[in-house]
Amino acid sequence: MSLLEYALIGGILYGIFFALVAVGLNLIFGVMRIINIAHGQFVLLGGYGAFLLTSRAHLNPLYGVPLAVLGAIVVGVPLFRAVVPRLQKSSNPEMLSFILFFGIAQMIDAVLIMVFGADQRSLPQDALGAGSITVFGQSFPDSWWVASAASLLVLAGLYLYFNRTRLGFATRAIMASRDEALATGIDVERVSMISFVIGLALAGTAGVFVPYLLGSISPDIGNELTTTSFAVIIIGSLGNPLGTGIGGLVFGIGTLVMQTFFPSWSNLVPYALLVLIVLVRPAGLLGKSVRVT
Amino acid sequence: MKASAITLGVIGAAFLIAPHVYGNRTLLFSMMAFIVLAQGLNLLYGFTGYLPFGYVGFFGTGAYTTSLMVLHSHLPVLLCVVAGGVGACIVALILGPLLRLSGAYFSIANLAASQILYNVVSNQDLSKITGGPYGLKIDQVYDPSASYFTMLVILLVATGLAAYFRFSRFGMALRAMNQDPTSAAMAGIDVVRNRLIVWLVSASVAGLAGGAYAWNLSVFYPDAVFTLQISVFAIVFALFGGVGTVLGPVIGAIVLYALYNAVGISAPQYFEFIYGFLIVVLVLFLPNGLMSLLARRGVRVI
Repeated sequence: MSLLEYALIGGILYGIFFALVAVGLNLIFGVMRIINIAHGQFVLLGGYGAFLLTSRAHLNPLYGVPLAVLGAIVVGVPLFRAVVPRLQKSSNPEMLSFILFFGIAQMIDAVLIMVFGADQRSLPQDALGAGSITVFGQSFPDSWWVASAASLLVLAGLYLYFNRTRLGFATRAIMASRDEALATGIDVERVSMISFVIGLALAGTAGVFVPYLLGSISPDIGNELTTTSFAVIIIGSLGNPLGTGIGGLVFGIGTLVMQTFFPSWSNLVPYALLVLIVLVRPAGLLGKSVRVT
Repeated sequence: MKASAITLGVIGAAFLIAPHVYGNRTLLFSMMAFIVLAQGLNLLYGFTGYLPFGYVGFFGTGAYTTSLMVLHSHLPVLLCVVAGGVGACIVALILGPLLRLSGAYFSIANLAASQILYNVVSNQDLSKITGGPYGLKIDQVYDPSASYFTMLVILLVATGLAAYFRFSRFGMALRAMNQDPTSAAMAGIDVVRNRLIVWLVSASVAGLAGGAYAWNLSVFYPDAVFTLQISVFAIVFALFGGVGTVLGPVIGAIVLYALYNAVGISAPQYFEFIYGFLIVVLVLFLPNGLMSLLARRGVRVI
């Protein structure tokens, strides 16, 4: 029984955190209908930012969060200007953005290898608290609790942003219908750009905690983080941060249960969940799957 | 039609003569493998608009099916390579429901499917059957020159298929489906069936290539035939040359693979950066590839 409890509680913590990893991807897709396949690489950039802070400046990795936000603005604004409006005018924005961001992912991977090498890097173990917290007889390191708490905070913040601020209303309007949002006088371009930057900032913020949850980071896990994020947002539902939370929980509990009972098969979880869900719900939890018959 | 025949002749002759002019047969072999993959991907993406991001899954399936057949049956190696194609075709049939998805969802689900295949094949628990993370060894049938000619035949078949897709009545139906599936269905085209046929053909081509590749290597790890890099190369090569054409993927693969060998082997991360950049530039400025440059000048491209 205690193994199962371990898997369930661990899965909840892990899952809540992966909702944070995935939610930025969800936001960017919801608003711009473009697919940021470089999402995992942006998560990694956040992680490497925190790594630089701890190894060079000996700061607490939590300073990586403001650094990620700053980085998202510095990188996101020019990147948005350079590619997004052009993509949205093209014949097939979804497919082309997919390929284009894949190119960006490759470039980030290459830069990470050149700067940091291909080795695994980790952050100082005790920086987020050296102990562990025990619930129902199962103890998990402080860093897991901090990461989940940070994730809950951010998701709650997003919820307030969407439901209490003008900008959040405008963002939701664009998600519902881009054309009608344009017609009501919303500056779609500007709101899209802000959402793009927020999406990247969320990815970077998640990245700060990834070295704790996965043990380490290395340049080659970017694509895996991206597919995992896709699994999470496809399980949950699109454009809804609470849905992403549910997706994260399903993924987290599934992964930890497999890790506990069938460790060699646990890598399959995100992929199997992804394929299963898209096949069982062909109408698409992402809302756009068409079959002509 | 005549132009296609000439193209096939030129490609065949070029790769028959090449080993006598250029000593590095391994490189020529890999180049052919990547032309086949780019062409096979072109069959699906260029003619139906479905981008199989997990295309490498079929390549790996072919490599493993062929090797397992060599190890456990007494059939001639050539038949085992054919079995590789059949194996990939069967996997594609099982994954057929993925075609219900559109656009990027299809690509991502296909990527996930190839990761599942990789994780199953390389799993420690299945070491007795698949060799797990240690891969397979079929060096008793090692034969670099026979596998070279086999790959050349597969290359000609794949290119012939592209020519068929481009110029036949079936190809016209595909083009109509690609532009507007609803109208095509109204015009009496069986959209779902045609799409499935192209999907199976494209997967089989990758499976055959994987089989011949395994034969040529004769010892390989699961990573060697399931790395995402192979999908990426196939996509970039095909896009660079121009999808939906017969010659585009061939030229794209030859040019970029030669460039990769010039820059990439010594410093792969620079090449990774360069082709990442190349993808971005291609999508923004030349979404239809090199061939569209010719087409714009009024050259009739095949």
